[in-house]
Amino acid sequence: MLSPRALILRAPGTNCDHETAFAFERAGAISRRVHIQALAERPALLDEYQIFCIPGGFSYGDDIASGRILALQLRTFLSDALERFRDRGGLILGICNGFQVLLQTSLLLHEPTIGPQATLAANTSGRFIDRWVHLETRPSRCVFLDGLGKLELPVAHAEGRFRSRSPETLTALEASGQLVLRYGLNPDGSSGNPNGSEADVAGVCDETGRVLGLMPHPERFLDALQHPALAGSTEARGRNGVGLALFTNAVRAVS
Amino acid sequence: MLWEVDVWQKDRGDDHASRSFAAAAAAIDPADWSAARTARGWLIEGELSRDDIVRLAEGVLIDPVSQTYAIRSMDDPQESPFPGLTTAVHVLPRPGVTDPAAETARQAFTLLGLTPQAVRSLSTVWAPAVDATRAEQLAWRVLASDAIHEVVVGRLQLDSIAGGRNWSFSQESISLEGLDDAGLAQLSRDRCLALTPAELVAVRNHFRSLGRDPWEIELETIAQTWSEHCCHKTLTSGVDHTGPHGPVHYDNLLKETVFAATQTIRGHLGAADWCVSVFRDNSGVVRFDGDHDICVKVETHNHPSAIEPYGGAATGLGGVIRDVLGTGRAAKPIANLDVFCVGPPDTPAAELPPGVIEPKRLLSGVVAGVRDYGNRMGIPTIAGAVAFEPGYLGNPLVFCGTVGIMPRHSAETEPQPGDLVVVAGGRTGRDGIHGATFSSIELSSDSETESGGSVQIGHAINEKTLTDFVLEAAKQRLFSAITDCGAGGLSSAVGEMGAKLGAEVDLDQVPLKYDGLSATEVWISEAQERMVLAVPPACWEKLAAIAAEEQVEAIAIGRFTGNGSLVLKWEGKTAGELDCRFLHDGRPENTLIGRWETPATAPLVVHCPDDGSDNALAKPMVDLLALPDVASKEGIIRQYDHEVQGCSVLKPLTGRGDGPADGTVVRGVLGRDRGVVLGVGLRHRLGRVAPYQMAAGGIVEAVANVVATGADPSRIALLDNFCWGDTRSEEGLGSLVEACRACQDVAIALSAPFVSGKDSLNNVFAWKNEAGEPQELSIPPTLLATALGQVENVNNVLSPAIRGAGSRLYLLGLTRADLVGSQAELLGLTEGGEVPQVDTDVIRQTFAAIHAAAKAGLLRACHDLSDGGLITAAAEMAIAGGVGCRIRLADVPCDLGSAAGLTGLSRDVVLATAESPARFLCEVSEEHAVAFESVVAGIPHACCGETCELDPRVGKPTVTMMGVDGGQRAAVPLAAAAAAWRSLDCG
Repeated sequence: MLSPRALILRAPGTNCDHETAFAFERAGAISRRVHIQALAERPALLDEYQIFCIPGGFSYGDDIASGRILALQLRTFLSDALERFRDRGGLILGICNGFQVLLQTSLLLHEPTIGPQATLAANTSGRFIDRWVHLETRPSRCVFLDGLGKLELPVAHAEGRFRSRSPETLTALEASGQLVLRYGLNPDGSSGNPNGSEADVAGVCDETGRVLGLMPHPERFLDALQHPALAGSTEARGRNGVGLALFTNAVRAVS
Repeated sequence: MLWEVDVWQKDRGDDHASRSFAAAAAAIDPADWSAARTARGWLIEGELSRDDIVRLAEGVLIDPVSQTYAIRSMDDPQESPFPGLTTAVHVLPRPGVTDPAAETARQAFTLLGLTPQAVRSLSTVWAPAVDATRAEQLAWRVLASDAIHEVVVGRLQLDSIAGGRNWSFSQESISLEGLDDAGLAQLSRDRCLALTPAELVAVRNHFRSLGRDPWEIELETIAQTWSEHCCHKTLTSGVDHTGPHGPVHYDNLLKETVFAATQTIRGHLGAADWCVSVFRDNSGVVRFDGDHDICVKVETHNHPSAIEPYGGAATGLGGVIRDVLGTGRAAKPIANLDVFCVGPPDTPAAELPPGVIEPKRLLSGVVAGVRDYGNRMGIPTIAGAVAFEPGYLGNPLVFCGTVGIMPRHSAETEPQPGDLVVVAGGRTGRDGIHGATFSSIELSSDSETESGGSVQIGHAINEKTLTDFVLEAAKQRLFSAITDCGAGGLSSAVGEMGAKLGAEVDLDQVPLKYDGLSATEVWISEAQERMVLAVPPACWEKLAAIAAEEQVEAIAIGRFTGNGSLVLKWEGKTAGELDCRFLHDGRPENTLIGRWETPATAPLVVHCPDDGSDNALAKPMVDLLALPDVASKEGIIRQYDHEVQGCSVLKPLTGRGDGPADGTVVRGVLGRDRGVVLGVGLRHRLGRVAPYQMAAGGIVEAVANVVATGADPSRIALLDNFCWGDTRSEEGLGSLVEACRACQDVAIALSAPFVSGKDSLNNVFAWKNEAGEPQELSIPPTLLATALGQVENVNNVLSPAIRGAGSRLYLLGLTRADLVGSQAELLGLTEGGEVPQVDTDVIRQTFAAIHAAAKAGLLRACHDLSDGGLITAAAEMAIAGGVGCRIRLADVPCDLGSAAGLTGLSRDVVLATAESPARFLCEVSEEHAVAFESVVAGIPHACCGETCELDPRVGKPTVTMMGVDGGQRAAVPLAAAAAAWRSLDCG
């Protein structure tokens, strides 16, 4: 059987494209890094792929707001093509900056008449933060997170505070099982929420379970020795990191 | 039409900027600023209607969930969106200052089909009614920097923000005739040339032989090329030196010490030489694996950072990244490091010299600069250090470093005759004029107003796209050489690349940010994010296509000729013509005098009150852990993305308890196991008393850091960064010579070659006190040593985190009573004693033994003893692992020399806090103890402790010290030790 193909979108300022492409390859896919200009000129490129991923970075510098310009480009040039892609069974993943982008498109938590249902605002600390967090997945139809349970991954962002349009929106999203990834507790029982997200939300999926956006970086935990407590110990040798499972889930789902 | 769009958070709770403004304002001005709000503004000029502006605001500028906005034309009144907040304080970038957000906005507007003529960003604080002068003063203190900003209080009223004017070609001749030394010196000062009278005489003689006066552009080219920054004229001078080892003469100090050491080592290595390209390109290149080389460079950006910390540090990092990108046929940057030396964080405002930025604000500015640039570049910032010392108040040091990786056989490159001169990346503006010569001139209390043009703001995304473009072009082998546009701008970049061939450049072809730059300004502007490539004409079309794809501007502005002459043209007319031989070899050599005498040392005295309890060392331990040099820099480290690229293995904070790593490790290539290890060493506290041992100790510390992480000691490359105060005095220069000698001796002894380096001299701050008397503050002589090591397999790296209870703790290396310059001395625990000496024979064997033990899998954890000595090292290992430990000071291998008679608590203090170089604390499991002891036989070592779950008396994990008399001296709960270590508010 042919390996599934993953399109890793890049734009000026994207900077996690290589390792994300590598993660999909480790999981058994064929990855291609494609520039937004090339895709905007030829949206039909998407027909050759089963997985579409917007990786982390600072697209266009994030100088106005995170993901703003890349999202505008997706809305302007690729809205229909991406919706068709999803509807024919394609998987869409947004990691960190990619999540920030997806929330500003029609693909994730979007009400046609009102617009975006949530945003990723500046961290409560007002600062960029790189740290490992404990996460819990919630039972859902999200294909990426199948069987992941509790896990640890690193976050690295300045704007990752999930904030819904209203308390009612949050309740509705909770009820529909879309708040699929949450920051859990630290081992000492304190909150592990690194940015002040509402309801400890770290990642959300759409109604189909085929579109996922998350702030943590699964592509940074493919090997056990990438975990700060394990590097330099014998326990890590030869073991996979938990982040790899997210990519193998995706590859399995479209194989 | 000129419009203003103001965007603000709907929810006050989301307005972080208002909180940090209120906190900073409250510390300075007694009024109540807590209600203040902030808005982000955009000035948009062009043929645009109000409806157009609404489309831009809603389509691009606001987040509909959390933000709202208002629009005004410049004729409308400025209405406050916040009831009760009637004073508006606007901060705008000065015209010509890089404004990345505005550039992005302008680009985004075109997606909506609207093309404004000009866009500028601003930020506004809305405050309660307050006197305008007071508001402005406050703005300058907490919001704005004179070098790059304008402040407007009240209604913002501008006619236009579109800049630029016309410049028509003209030639200015500058006569050097009839000027004596004083006149030449004055001319050099007036024109910010930083040339000495002797150098100007050489220029005069050269132009006399041509029968004309130099033109301005020629004189400027010479000044850039001959600047301290570009050609290191002090370090490459001849020196007659008299030191502790008698008189010595150098024809070229750097060549005969640091370079010579590398040559000696390469000679010893013979066929096994693993250096590839050293001291010739923009960074030093060494062998890595079968198909890759790695390169490394560390730069300083001290003067710009002193004036504008954020922009200075960001552009410093941007510059060193381009050094790596501009090495060989381009290297891919894979890791950054940063080291800052600043004044003590608690320095009272009254003790600051005038015009100096307080250390805390400065540190947070430089950290933010590195953060915003490095994170956007997608290069992990994995290593660094911060040192605090009053000598750095006026001249803080900002070191930025980058490691790159490149395919083998691409390090050696030469431009070819006929190659096009291509400039790629950012456009050229009036920013950064005279950076190369400014960095060679002393800072003073007026520098902020005098040197605004040399301070810049970086635009990281321009550099990111430039990097993507260059690496793709390199892959397709579309250029024959590349270099970065750094200090001296095009004049240095093209001048150096064409040093042998010569070049002809059409300066009017250089793309500009705005009209009106003179030919000279275009030629010497240090505008950021530019590279110069030598492109064979046959490759030009392909290269241009890649540039278009990556949205990078690449323009051919001339060609390398082969006639040995540097010709500058403006619209076909000759603007300047210089003989490359004179430009690069015509600088007069001079011989300087150096002198150094070793100051006498005082006998060691210990001041540690014995309260008779069994906890007398507890307070010293906690106090040492909380000292700024020792304490955790987590507040800084976490602001840097140290994991991007997915290759990071050993990170700066390691273990369950986030303890401090000695060195840090990244894989060279995704999916491959060979790793790059980075470590730094800095012993600046010895600089004023013992520059030789300062340098030697720093190098040993850098190497110890990477060896403690698992690096192979026979594959370590070194970098030097000399930062000195006044080197014009005999003693100042003498201290520099001593440090160079140390570099030579230690490098050869450890067989660790220097591969690149940089210097920053004249770090002296001058001002007048209230009585009008001139004052000076010099930095301590500071050598930053950087070690670039390699590990065969990243699965075998070492960390300081204790892995479990029940292991033995071995101390390797001899402890001496060498507390001069130690943290214990700083804390007042000790006074006098010996200067730490580097015994390279023992050290080499120690490094080899650690590596042998690591390779044999005998080490569970390993930590290099550094600031604070054994007591802090033990605490740090315990914090990292979350496991307690007990140290028996009686078993510490030592030679206390003249302090051998010390007993009891005084002896305990010395053994616990001495910072004798090259010692390691190793966790070894019981089963490996015998094997370990046989590996380290012949090196001073002892099992002097163990790791333990709980202290039975305290009922918690502790860091316990047992004194030489056998009784307990400290049992500090791990949580208390960790809290002290984490107590520094930094970043």
